[in-house]
Amino acid sequence: MEISTHDLWTALHGMGFGALFMLAFSGALAALYRTYAPVSATPPNSRAQSLLTLYLVAMVVLAWLTVFSGAYIVYPWYRAVPPVGITDLADFPRRLLLSSGKTSEWHNVGMEWKEHVAWLAPIAMTMVAYVTWKYRRAIAQPQHMRTAVLVFAVAAFVATGIAGAFGAFLNKYAPIRGGHIIILMEAEK
Amino acid sequence: MNISHVQAGLSEPEAVGPIPNGPGAAAILAAGIGSAALGILSLAGDAWAAIGKSLNFYNPTGTLSSVTTVTIVIWLASWYILNLRWRTKNVAVTRVNISAFIGLAIGLALTFPPVMDLIQGK
Repeated sequence: MEISTHDLWTALHGMGFGALFMLAFSGALAALYRTYAPVSATPPNSRAQSLLTLYLVAMVVLAWLTVFSGAYIVYPWYRAVPPVGITDLADFPRRLLLSSGKTSEWHNVGMEWKEHVAWLAPIAMTMVAYVTWKYRRAIAQPQHMRTAVLVFAVAAFVATGIAGAFGAFLNKYAPIRGGHIIILMEAEK
Repeated sequence: MNISHVQAGLSEPEAVGPIPNGPGAAAILAAGIGSAALGILSLAGDAWAAIGKSLNFYNPTGTLSSVTTVTIVIWLASWYILNLRWRTKNVAVTRVNISAFIGLAIGLALTFPPVMDLIQGK
């Protein structure tokens, strides 16, 4: 069982940071809605509020790790330019997708959308975490700030969903290959 | 429903307990400005070759690195400036929210390639 360094970074970007961030949304949205409900049956105590803030800060860290690892580690491999005369484009995912009309829109729509929209998520979640930390339970009072926090949290979720879904499809049609091989396990003969 | 909740929801500007709402409003509006900047810069990098070229700070990543770097600078700078102006004030959050949501909508729309293409007449 072996894995290349490029595969490993791609998995870490998408399934490590990205998927973990995506999974965290279910808890965050439920907690934010419950905390900021106009008439909350049981207002959160100080400990619960601190845990929510910590949870959101962890999400912010994951969100920034996801976009930076994607843009600066994985994306350059995706858009690598093949040397002149190369006919096997397996190691050049962008060119591989663009080489056929059946796959080109995965790049023109999928990657072009994913690479930009994903950056909305860390910006939005940083604001959500900051406002939650700054106002703690007091934010349950004014409805307008609460609305902004919930809208931006949902927008971050949507942006992450778009980026994650296209990331999975792109890696299916044009996986990122190459790099050094790391042998994880070897079968006994 | 608690009457104080209703009053808090309808009257503006509304304070958040002992803390003024200005710092929160600054963060919300800055997030909207950052989102709009992302959309506008994404479109600019895609639509105009000259801008795309000038936005190419780091070649392995192409225009993406500069679009996102400039976006982050605009977002953080606007947050800093707004926070300086509003940190001790209570502001009208409804107007801040509307502006922030418009910015968010611009960001979501202009990062969607078919909308980019439509604007460029492709």
